Amino acid sequence: MSETTILQRRFNPDRDARPWQGGSRPYDLIKEVTICFLVVTVLVVGLAFLFGSPDDKAISIQTWATANQIDFAQTSISELNGTSGTATYGPPYNNFVGSSQSLGPISLESWIGVHIPVNPAQDFVLGPLSTVANAPNVTRALDVFNAATPSQQLAWETNYATAVSHASSVNGHLVVPRGAYGPIGVMIGQLTAMAKSGALDSAMVDQSGFYGTNYTKSLLYIADSTYFAAQGTAHHLSGDQWGMMNETGNFPGQAWLWLYTFWYQVPPFSTSANADIQVSALMGLLSLLLLLVPFIPGLRSIPRWTRVYRFIWKDYYRSQG
Amino acid sequence: MSTTKDQTVLDQEEAELARQWTGRIRRLLVDALPPDKLLPDRQPSYLSSWIYIFGALTIGGLALVILTGTVLALEGPQWWHVSSIGLFVNSMHLWSVEFFFFFMVIHLWGKFFMAAWRGNRQLTWMTGVVTFFFSIGAGFTGYVSQTNFDSQWIATQAKDGINATGAGAFVNALNFGQMLMWHIVLLPAAVVALTGLHILMVRHKGIVTPIEVNGTEVPHQGTQSESDPS
Ligand code: HEM
Repeated sequence: MSETTILQRRFNPDRDARPWQGGSRPYDLIKEVTICFLVVTVLVVGLAFLFGSPDDKAISIQTWATANQIDFAQTSISELNGTSGTATYGPPYNNFVGSSQSLGPISLESWIGVHIPVNPAQDFVLGPLSTVANAPNVTRALDVFNAATPSQQLAWETNYATAVSHASSVNGHLVVPRGAYGPIGVMIGQLTAMAKSGALDSAMVDQSGFYGTNYTKSLLYIADSTYFAAQGTAHHLSGDQWGMMNETGNFPGQAWLWLYTFWYQVPPFSTSANADIQVSALMGLLSLLLLLVPFIPGLRSIPRWTRVYRFIWKDYYRSQG
Repeated sequence: MSTTKDQTVLDQEEAELARQWTGRIRRLLVDALPPDKLLPDRQPSYLSSWIYIFGALTIGGLALVILTGTVLALEGPQWWHVSSIGLFVNSMHLWSVEFFFFFMVIHLWGKFFMAAWRGNRQLTWMTGVVTFFFSIGAGFTGYVSQTNFDSQWIATQAKDGINATGAGAFVNALNFGQMLMWHIVLLPAAVVALTGLHILMVRHKGIVTPIEVNGTEVPHQGTQSESDPS
């Protein structure tokens, strides 16, 4: 803009500030920052010493299956028959239709599609079982299962799902009532044994080779269980308990996520099937507003209206009389 | 043996220096931040409020976050599960993060109620907000990189929110290796760079003057408005 327009432009107290022509005084910035650093260090050492930090052991498939093998068997059949949370997740894990969230006609999730392919029946159940060696009954069961028609497989799976809902633990063994579930009894029985021995944990990570750093599949499997959800609830960490921003114990957690987590607690979000995308969109909008405060008339006048600045600069305004 | 260069050569060099990239950038930087602006030893007299300390406290918090994080990185992930010194450094890392955010948020609201974006300081405000968002990302990826129950829980809870936006295809909270890289390389680099930029902008503009309302005119000369290039 040219000089004349600058001069013509009216002074706006919410946007403009004039260069200071008043007095100044000595001020040691470097000393200030150094002292601040030392103060923070003392505070942090103190709190670290007093309260430490939470470090509850991670839950492995072995921990889970050992603590509750019935839940493990029930979750596993839901992975095999395609009814588990992961199997019905849709993008980015698989092509299951109908569970993607959308805002009106917009569903970014399904537009981007499958990017981290996860096929629970294959990756969690059939794949690991196929690595079992020297167990003819398991190999035979797998052969029978793989040779069967999809409708036969489904019938066995459904029957097993019913039977396993009445399962019990006897002397540490999984006991599933008899039923017409063909080879599935042997398969899930073997998978449960693998899980309890820890072999399944490594079979899942080994899918990526010797150096595993990607636990996506194991975590999805564990997160499908009732056991894992119960652990979260016991630590007061479920979604309706503000879980996302908290951590185990009485630690402050990610308190700065309070606004994001807040929306999940109140209608319409608390009952919405599209809560995640709705809350994300709302937070995106609010974030944009925060970023653009200096340009938004009204919003940028709030400081002047609330007069908090009178308190902040009280020495200055007092000296102005 | 040196001979004095003749005048045409000198003129040519002069012209070349005026066009030189290196020289231009140096002049630009020195003009924007001459030493007494970069590290002033005096401040305007209206700078007297406890709220000003929170920017410096945030720097202190960030410095300690980086320092303790560096120690954790030197020992490698999982050290803190098996060593009591490791756990202590981990605790320091956690608490310095909590303080960093606490100070930053007070700083943010302080600057809001001071309308500290006035007089061409919009970019200072905006780099601050962007730093805040990147810090949230850095904090989040740290929580999921702990390799304990909390990281499992937070990752599996948060994945739905991230997936719903479509970003989950690229930002996979369940992929430990990826999260660790975000947490110890990409996001800290961004936060530190943005913070540096933010502070240089503050030094370039100087601390904003008190809000002017009728009757409390600041001693001044001319108007510094949005369109003013200074
Ligand atoms: C890593 C995070 C941050 C650090 C280390 C930091 C540091 C600082 C420092 C040292 C100052 C000068 C002293 C002061 O006024 O406190 C300052 C000024 C400022 N900060 Fe930040 N800041 C951060 C984040 C933010 C955020 C999140 C915002 C707002 C959204 C923000 C907005 C501002 C503004 C507008 C000024 C100019 C103040 C003036 O001219 O008087 N900063 N910052």
